[in-house]
Amino acid sequence: MADRITAEQFDPQRLETAEEGTSLWKDAWYRLKKNKLALISAIFILVLGTLCFSAPILPIQPYEAQNLAIRATPPSAEYWLGTDVLGRDLLSRILYGGRISLAVGLCATAVSLFIGVLYGATSGFFGGKLDSVMMRIVDILYSLPFIIFVILLMVLFGRNIYLLFIAIGAVEWLTMARIVRGQVRGLRRQEFIEAAIALGLRRRRIILRHMIPNVLGVVIVYATLTVPSVILLEAFLSFLGFGVQPPMSSWGTLISEGAKSMEEHPWMLVFPALFFSVTLFSLNFLGDGLRDALDVRASKD
Amino acid sequence: MKFAKLFYFGSLLVFLATLGCGGRQSRVEHGNQNQILHYGNGTEPQDLDPQIVTGVPEHHIIIALLEGLVMPHPKTLEPQPGVAETWKVSDDLKTYTFNLRKDAKWSNGDTLNAHDFVKSYQRMLTPTLAAEYSYMLHVMENAEDFNTGKIKDFSQVGVKALDDHTLQIQLNSPTPYFLSLLSHYSWFPVHLPTIEKHGAIYERGNRWTRPENYVGNGPFTLAQWKRNQVIVVKKSPTYWDANTVRLNEIHFYAIESDDTEERAFRSGQMHITQTVPLTKIEVYKKDNPHLIRIDPDLGTYYYRFNTRKAPLDDRRVRRALAMAIDRDSIVKNVTRGGQIPAHNFTPPETAGYTSDANVPYDIAGAKKLLAEAGYPDGKGLPPVEILFNTSEAHRTIAEAIQQMWNKELNVNARLVNQEWKVYLDSQQHGNYQISRAGWKGDYPDPNTFLDMWLTDGANNQTGWSNPEYDRLIQEAGRTADRDKRFDLFRKAEAILIDELPMLPIYFYTRVYLIHPSVQGWYPNILDNHPYKHVHLESPGK
Amino acid sequence: MLRFIVRRILETIPVLLIVATLTFFMVRLAPGNPFDTERAVTPEVRKNLEAFYGRDKPLPQQYFTFMKNLVTRGDFGPSTRYPNRTVNELIGESFPVSLELGLYSIAIALFFGLIAGVIAALRPNTLSDYVPMSLAMIGICLPTFVIGPLLILIFALMLGWFNASGWFSPIDRVLPALTMGGIYAAYIARLSRGGMLEVLNQDFIRTARAKGASEKRVIFKHALRGGLLPVISFLGPAMAGIVTGSFVVETIFQIPGLGRYFVTAAFNRDDGMIMGTVIFYATLIITLNLIVDVVQVWLNPKLKFE
Repeated sequence: MADRITAEQFDPQRLETAEEGTSLWKDAWYRLKKNKLALISAIFILVLGTLCFSAPILPIQPYEAQNLAIRATPPSAEYWLGTDVLGRDLLSRILYGGRISLAVGLCATAVSLFIGVLYGATSGFFGGKLDSVMMRIVDILYSLPFIIFVILLMVLFGRNIYLLFIAIGAVEWLTMARIVRGQVRGLRRQEFIEAAIALGLRRRRIILRHMIPNVLGVVIVYATLTVPSVILLEAFLSFLGFGVQPPMSSWGTLISEGAKSMEEHPWMLVFPALFFSVTLFSLNFLGDGLRDALDVRASKD
Repeated sequence: MKFAKLFYFGSLLVFLATLGCGGRQSRVEHGNQNQILHYGNGTEPQDLDPQIVTGVPEHHIIIALLEGLVMPHPKTLEPQPGVAETWKVSDDLKTYTFNLRKDAKWSNGDTLNAHDFVKSYQRMLTPTLAAEYSYMLHVMENAEDFNTGKIKDFSQVGVKALDDHTLQIQLNSPTPYFLSLLSHYSWFPVHLPTIEKHGAIYERGNRWTRPENYVGNGPFTLAQWKRNQVIVVKKSPTYWDANTVRLNEIHFYAIESDDTEERAFRSGQMHITQTVPLTKIEVYKKDNPHLIRIDPDLGTYYYRFNTRKAPLDDRRVRRALAMAIDRDSIVKNVTRGGQIPAHNFTPPETAGYTSDANVPYDIAGAKKLLAEAGYPDGKGLPPVEILFNTSEAHRTIAEAIQQMWNKELNVNARLVNQEWKVYLDSQQHGNYQISRAGWKGDYPDPNTFLDMWLTDGANNQTGWSNPEYDRLIQEAGRTADRDKRFDLFRKAEAILIDELPMLPIYFYTRVYLIHPSVQGWYPNILDNHPYKHVHLESPGK
Repeated sequence: MLRFIVRRILETIPVLLIVATLTFFMVRLAPGNPFDTERAVTPEVRKNLEAFYGRDKPLPQQYFTFMKNLVTRGDFGPSTRYPNRTVNELIGESFPVSLELGLYSIAIALFFGLIAGVIAALRPNTLSDYVPMSLAMIGICLPTFVIGPLLILIFALMLGWFNASGWFSPIDRVLPALTMGGIYAAYIARLSRGGMLEVLNQDFIRTARAKGASEKRVIFKHALRGGLLPVISFLGPAMAGIVTGSFVVETIFQIPGLGRYFVTAAFNRDDGMIMGTVIFYATLIITLNLIVDVVQVWLNPKLKFE
């Protein structure tokens, strides 16, 4: 392939403009719109997100208002999804809890996606010494005691919702980086990348335009797997005094509370878990849709 | 498709594997037949050296392995003969002479004599051992000075072996609760030759407490210790009262989670549990009342006020907050374990002492006090913070109290939960406004509840100090007469409850599950159930 | 290859030293210490406790003593929480338990995860994709602290086939292994489907198919090699986590494994134990990631050891 490149073509600047062609993103958007499941999922997530974030102005009970006389009651006309052990409206607690869980789930995943993909792609693409050093740093970060790290963060910076994203992002990107690096290392040896390198395209451009799109499928899958673990991690962090503070709730804390009384008050587990699951399913379908839409090769069909 | 077949085949295998087992005898049934008690014991014990440990799970095991001079009566906790057959008290109530029984033996066959006690107490008080419960022995003459290194000669400490079977203990002052102290494991003897064989005597990290090394003098011997799993003790043939002991073995299971423990109990793996999960209490009370027990306990659940910081340096604010809490509702709707609402600090009927101090539930009065303090209807009062260590129970109570203050007084409270050690650190350094706490008495006497509030007491931690209070408690310490002593305590507690450096919420109970086959397990406030009086009977007999 | 492995093992030494150093100072900076209890310890006792554990010395000196013992004797010192045991003994007792459970879990996870993932990838967007993938999603949506108690309720309390908790007889392994393996099976299923789809669309597979290679050959000879790459990358760190045990699973099933020490050591500020578990975990992570790198090269002959 490389031997057929003429002198005229051998101009990196021209090549870069030439390969833009039809917009990748425009095609992708077109394909995504045709995927009904993905579209419904996207709409669902948007609606749910809007509901959660507008919870304060919705005509629902306040999330912290207790009714000690009734305690935990099953769903009724007054409390659609029942109440918790302090007699608080579960629907309200789920919607309010969705704010923090969706925010953490999406933001922390985005953070881990961003760091993990760039880090892994760089490490895998360049290889050699750089790869060694970068991967040993990942090993070190894997090993440090997470609980102590979180406690230190809290002591040094106080409780702060942005720190939550940092704490979670700091652990969640590591596996993403390892996976992306593994993929990139394989791709790096494929003809079209070798050719691009031989053509003298800039490294940054190769990584961003050729490597990352080609690992996107796996990245999206792993990202949708990160969302649930991040949402549940938030519940553990609020156990450490980070995360949400009572009486505010989050899906993670609601599910773990519900799990403790699943026999006596099943609705306390079922409804939060339902919101959690349906959201994850939607994200998953959306993820699959995105993957198909962005698949460079499938588009040739 | 081959893959699909493989997948279904695998699923089938797992399913069959799960089917293949069933119809076995439960541990409880097996135990009933063989007199083996299966006991859920909470956290894994730190150690089984009575001079090192500090916890409750350790207590449960150590009273099976070792025995002190006296032991509590299983129902009344009255001191009963243990290693000491009889004892005499001098007229000034400061000298105790114990006659030890001649047939008392260690589990390796050695005779247990008075020198063993002297040497044990010497080890307990030696500074390098850093025994956390050494203060329990400070009632002995010069014990504190030896323990803090002020005197080096142990013979000056008030404990002597008059002969092989007579032990004399000299106290600093008349201590009416002295005999009940003796059933605490810090007063138990240890076998020095064994300790010497397995490491440094006066240092931690000695290996004598491993099952292959352990030598004790109690009704049971240590047979097996599987860490984080189970500790097995077996009936000791050398115990002086072995004829009374009816259990052959006790298995102490380390089960940290109350849910796991409850499920183990329900499936017949356990005779007795430590606790009952909050949501299960109601269920058992309704469906299986014969399986759940609620015993009184010697402890108070309360909130500390940091009296060093505004606005809680103002007594009126503290009182207002304390008066606005509906303790009956908390006990009835939140904790639901038969706890008693606490309107003072010392649990009622502690060794016959009941305080007459009382924080009322009085919203109007609370509002008035808050207005007097300059915060009419809560206006101008910055939000207060309630600190607690992370736990569902603490959180729920704090949420309920937060609502009460908000609803009744228009006072905003913020909840702050911290990981255990961070919480302890904040509390010790005064980095809190209001902090959840609990106190369990070391021995049945009001002193264990009231002397902690002395100025700069290590467990005070509120910054509160009152010279008159200090004087009354110290005077009570020197008083032998029971009525006079209790009068002094009442006066002191009245001051405490008037000033309220803390907010009493409820008196603890012990809620646990117990299989009907367990006999001789009587409710008592110290959670002390001498196993030699316990046996198992298959139901229906 | 040998040179590569030797070099990587040499690289391990500075990594472990850095991990040990960072952990040491992190633990010391965190508020709270091993001797804090609800019932305050008297100042004299605290002083003696600190003297015994060498914590009365200046921090740098403590650090050097610690590193010296670690490097020369592999000794983490005593556990402050369990005074009659050393850290090495505690790890030595509990790791085999977690390892055993971990291996069962991995076997379950790989078996079901890989098969489900491959089936799904071969017929994307058909029923044989949706069924296993929905199962996998359910596995992901139900965290261990829900699925564990649920399994116990059904199989131990309702059906009576198993003990509700404990680690005594061989059948006690089944429920915890299913709980832990199930979640990882779900992850592996999703990842292998994703990886396979990437590969199956690539030119060399099309070429192979066009050349008339049998479907079996295409899958086993070509597709699996590349398709499992993400699973293999994931397995490195995941296996380190699985074989060192899970705090939640070990607590729910009352299993005397290593997993709970990772959490309780930190909560107790048992510094010896924290250091022990951290270094142990670090060694595992490094080893497993090394194996992953070797396997990757082995699967993709175009890669070289570098």
